[in-house]
Amino acid sequence: MTAPPSRSPSRRALLGAGVAAAAGLALVPGVRLIELARARAPGELASGQVRWGLLIDASRCASGCTACVAACGQENGLDSAIDLRQRPQWIRKVELKQIATGRSVAAPVMCQHCAQPPCVDVCPTGASFQRADGIVLVDRHTCIGCRYCMMACPYKARSFVHEPLAQQKPDVPRGKGCVEGCTLCVHRIDRGQSPACVQACAESENGAMVFGDLNNPESEIVRRLRAQSSAPLRADLALDPGVRYQGV
Amino acid sequence: MNAPTLRRACRLRTFRGLGIALLAAPLALAAAAQEAGRTPKPTIVIESQQHCIAAPEIMRREHPEMLRHQRVRTVHLGERGTKVSLNACIQCHADRQTGSVIGSDHAFCQGCHSYAAVHIDCFDCHQPSIRPAAARLTLGGAP
Repeated sequence: MTAPPSRSPSRRALLGAGVAAAAGLALVPGVRLIELARARAPGELASGQVRWGLLIDASRCASGCTACVAACGQENGLDSAIDLRQRPQWIRKVELKQIATGRSVAAPVMCQHCAQPPCVDVCPTGASFQRADGIVLVDRHTCIGCRYCMMACPYKARSFVHEPLAQQKPDVPRGKGCVEGCTLCVHRIDRGQSPACVQACAESENGAMVFGDLNNPESEIVRRLRAQSSAPLRADLALDPGVRYQGV
Repeated sequence: MNAPTLRRACRLRTFRGLGIALLAAPLALAAAAQEAGRTPKPTIVIESQQHCIAAPEIMRREHPEMLRHQRVRTVHLGERGTKVSLNACIQCHADRQTGSVIGSDHAFCQGCHSYAAVHIDCFDCHQPSIRPAAARLTLGGAP
């Protein structure tokens, strides 16, 4: 008689390693594309020592790939059949083409989580705010749906919910009459995970997105920013976005 | 006492008895009704009887203030995993059949709220149903 299949630590370790590899996606030893956020203890507040940011390498972003957009929709329950012009859009793929040379480049654009966010400046109720760790959010409890923030945002990153919703995700409450935008998957970050778009990008093997703490000199994102040239979109506006681009 | 007088007396007594019975009946009914609770009560089915936060008397009165206070701390300050959490309430108190805290007058939230004629705004945006079992296992309940 054979021994029952063992649930030994070795099997668990193997599984754990698989999960870690999928999440961390070590391409080169010692280099991880996703800087994992540390899950905070219950009751611990978001820290002002941290500033979450993204680095998007447009040269690695495949032009036909929309894995990040699909993952965002799935994670945040953004399914909608409403007219495209009214459909909420937290992240979109933008294709740029330089007419003179014909060079084209693709990159995802979402809320840039500015350090000086115009949406926060114009909000009449204080619903649009910046969390201590730099994530720019909408408090739907105070949002009156005036859409000033949508007009103020130079990145067109915010959407208005035009239709009644029923199938919200438990972690992502949404409703008609409020403005919304990319939350950098704040519910995932608070659990110690990276945003859904970043995870999907890593799984798609393009690996064009790096998530991490811009204030931590040891983090992968800061190492990459230090080593290679990058720029925010519309740098002329001096909004100091938390999302930086390479190869645009 | 002659026979007719006796008969009349008996009849009178019968009438008097009947009168008393008729008068007493509504009072007795009223008393019985009071014992069973004459005031209509909400017919909610409470799935979880645990006192995870506070005694029911306190929860009944204070839960809106608790939720309102916590929502500010969670949204603005990023405080997670606290005892007061709308998702945690739903996980325990959702109807076992429908998996929701609204949708019928027996449901945990809607039962009381429709009885008290207080509109619940929470579920205009928040999901009133429990998570699928698989997701609950990995997340361990409240976010």
